[in-house]
Amino acid sequence: MPETPLLEIRDLSINFATENGTVEAVKGISFTVAKGETLAVVGESGSGKSVTGLALTRLLPEPPTIYKSGEILLEGRSVLKMSPRELRNIRGNKIAYIFQEPSTSLNPVFTIRNQIAEAIKLHRPEVRDIDAEVIKYLDLVGLVDPAKRLHDYPHQLSGGMQQRVMIAMALSCQPDLLVADEPTTALDVTIQAQIMDQLRDLKKQVNMSIILITHNFGIISGIADRVAVMFRGKIVEYGDTRTVLSNPQHPYTKALIQCIPQPGQKRERLATIDHAALEATI
Amino acid sequence: MLSYVLRRLLYAVPIVLGVIAITFLLFNVLQTPQAAATLVLGPKASQQARAEWIKNRGLDKPKSEQFVKHVKNMATFNFGTSWKSGRELNEVFRTGVGPSLMITIPGFLAGLIGGVGLALYQVFVRNSLLDRSITLWAVALMSVPTVVYIIFLQAIGALMLNYFPASGFDWRGLETLKFVALPIIIMAVVNLGSDVRLYRTIFMEEITQDYVRTALAKGLSSGHVLGVHVFKNGLIALITLTVGSLPALITGSLLIENFFGIPGLGNVLVLAIGTGDQPVVMASVYLGSLLYIASLILTDICYALADPRIRLS
Amino acid sequence: MEALFTHWLTQNLLVLAGFSLIAWMLWSASHHERWRRAWLRFRSDRGGIIALVVVGIYLILGALEVLSFPTKSGGTRTVLDLFVGGVPAEKSYSAPLATRLLSEAKPDPVKATHLLGTDALGKDVFVETLKACKTALIIGGLTAAIYIPLGTLFGILAGYFRRRVDDLIQYVYTTLASIPTILLLVAIILVLGKGLGTMSFALGLTAWVGLCRLIRGETLRQAERPYITAARALGQSHWNIITRHILPNVLHLVVINFVLGFSGIVLAESVLSYLGVGTPVGTPSWGNMIDSGRSELSRDPMVWWNLVSATVALFGLVLSLNLVGDSLRRAFDPKRG
Repeated sequence: MPETPLLEIRDLSINFATENGTVEAVKGISFTVAKGETLAVVGESGSGKSVTGLALTRLLPEPPTIYKSGEILLEGRSVLKMSPRELRNIRGNKIAYIFQEPSTSLNPVFTIRNQIAEAIKLHRPEVRDIDAEVIKYLDLVGLVDPAKRLHDYPHQLSGGMQQRVMIAMALSCQPDLLVADEPTTALDVTIQAQIMDQLRDLKKQVNMSIILITHNFGIISGIADRVAVMFRGKIVEYGDTRTVLSNPQHPYTKALIQCIPQPGQKRERLATIDHAALEATI
Repeated sequence: MLSYVLRRLLYAVPIVLGVIAITFLLFNVLQTPQAAATLVLGPKASQQARAEWIKNRGLDKPKSEQFVKHVKNMATFNFGTSWKSGRELNEVFRTGVGPSLMITIPGFLAGLIGGVGLALYQVFVRNSLLDRSITLWAVALMSVPTVVYIIFLQAIGALMLNYFPASGFDWRGLETLKFVALPIIIMAVVNLGSDVRLYRTIFMEEITQDYVRTALAKGLSSGHVLGVHVFKNGLIALITLTVGSLPALITGSLLIENFFGIPGLGNVLVLAIGTGDQPVVMASVYLGSLLYIASLILTDICYALADPRIRLS
Repeated sequence: MEALFTHWLTQNLLVLAGFSLIAWMLWSASHHERWRRAWLRFRSDRGGIIALVVVGIYLILGALEVLSFPTKSGGTRTVLDLFVGGVPAEKSYSAPLATRLLSEAKPDPVKATHLLGTDALGKDVFVETLKACKTALIIGGLTAAIYIPLGTLFGILAGYFRRRVDDLIQYVYTTLASIPTILLLVAIILVLGKGLGTMSFALGLTAWVGLCRLIRGETLRQAERPYITAARALGQSHWNIITRHILPNVLHLVVINFVLGFSGIVLAESVLSYLGVGTPVGTPSWGNMIDSGRSELSRDPMVWWNLVSATVALFGLVLSLNLVGDSLRRAFDPKRG
């Protein structure tokens, strides 16, 4: 008897009612995430991957977002049917987020200690020594000298450090699922590698499920168990990472993988994707 | 920080000099010493009386000499006496501050508290019918000329209902409130309209920021995010604006004071302009410009202190 | 010179020129992407459209009062007169739709029905209110013609060239701003004499500061953008960069400021009348009507129609202008709605 997956998306469709008409952002997608599993959602801007991530706790502003059809099931319970209070309960607690721009995602007028403490006080009121707990998580994410950093403001930290703070803040609520929406896109390449290493370590230590949303196939190896490739709001390929990377079936997946520059490759031009041609395949 | 303030104070000097120069010029173009004497002594005064009056005031000396002396007086706060009443100007100003503040401070507070409260509520229900109605009311309040508010409220409150005295002012303990009630109401109404719009803009700017999404993602309620996160960020702009307008409170509203006969600093200036009472006008404008520059510097300081991004860099 | 300006032909041509100018501005705006997009958003704001129509009505009323033609008897009549003129004047006050004069001593019957009564001189209040549109629009228009070029020019210069140019301009406007506006207005008008022209001049001199600050701020922001650096790297002259890159990008702020500022100017007229330096007595103006309303309210029986009529007319214009200004702001920057 297979265990109930932590998260199950069934045939989900999401529209936006804009001043220029209705936009179909997500068109009937389905996937599951098991406990402790890491799923990578890969696609370009506009593929609907970020919208999917935010939809999991209904973080999208509700006009204009319309959940047209389908289900979002968290441990069997429907997220779409939850009351605002229940939603607040799962946010941070069951599903936590880290976002693309750590510099603007952190509140500039509160210290990092206060921002993390706020999350802990909300979801884990039993914790007595909050400072110690904050230091523990800052240490866990690899922030150097956490005790000294407690009363710093976000702008006093570098981009990489800010992102680590965001991860610490997310982890401090001990969520079952971490949604990482383009966590390294805004950081420069060396820091990208460090953050990805950190996430890999954490995955081993904490046994948390992760949804890694990215446009970059290059960062998912070694961390993602399975991959869902999105194009124009649909999932065009879905399977375990090794298989998809070595033997992609869908032309779009093939095109995406071809875009990754390989060292030692002799090429005059970078590969590009012919969207018009691919439109026909979905 | 200290060097920054000093530099700003230094910049203030040429500005204040400029203000003194302009007002001096304005008056010397507007009024010949002869005209001034006539204004003060009356049209029936003899030629001799006028000449003596002019000589006593040093108005027959060359303009440049007068100007230098004038600057020196201003710098030492030696304002002299009123031409019309003969009272020491320092005393005039001191007694005028009280009534002015009695009106401006409650009006200011009403605008601030009411404005912030309403604005936060508007952001909470943003883009709904309620939000738009409140904005409409605020704009409507702002669209009525102050003069009309004054005339109407005076007519209704004082003349028809006889609750409040139509004008005048006297210190009578708690009874004093009777004199300032109408002015305060008008001040509050006039402020409220523009304040609500301003604060709504400030808080709406914040609600679109990324950190709001992070706060919601943590599981905080909209009310908490608004009242704590958005509010504290909006506070920076808020403090800057409010502190910047504090010095102006001292000078009082010229229209309201004049109409209701409140002997505040605003009325002092209006009456002085009307009667050509040069020393009073010059001194008032000089003090006013000092206060204005003080408000500019205060604003900068507050902004630097309130925003941790600037404070700690 | 004065005679040429007030000649009916000149006035008609000016109105024509004014409307052509507006038409040309709308036409050239329709060719720019940013303005087209803003128009689409503005169009869907029903409140804004209604307010714009109301402003349009005021504009037409004002224009009708300026447009005039010579009569057989040698004088001139305005087009507005054609519609509402010909209402005979009474001797003095009468209440709206009254059948008799107000005075208790001699309540003679009125010569015609007056919708909103008559004022102290017996003139029909409704007609006076309509005619005063012209005054408000002229003051607003003239003041705008002064303060907008001044404010925009100096704002851009200060924000673009910075350093000493900026210091100088900032010095000028800070000094000006330190002097109480009322004092400046009264002083200028007393020196130059009362009249619509001097009022507008004085108001313009005090209004440019606000616009200058606004444009300076936006120019500073724009000038830092990489596309400006790129233009300079390509060897563009300062004049070209300012007219082709900066000016189009701050123009929307100018428009919004104009609309909102216009309402402030119209309101200021009432304050000036209160202080005794407003529109000269012969010209119909809402400010004067409100000012005379002051003493009229304490009469027995109370004469309220003068004040109320002018206030409602003033309120209508100012409210509509404010609403249009708000709508425009939202149209150009929907996020900060």
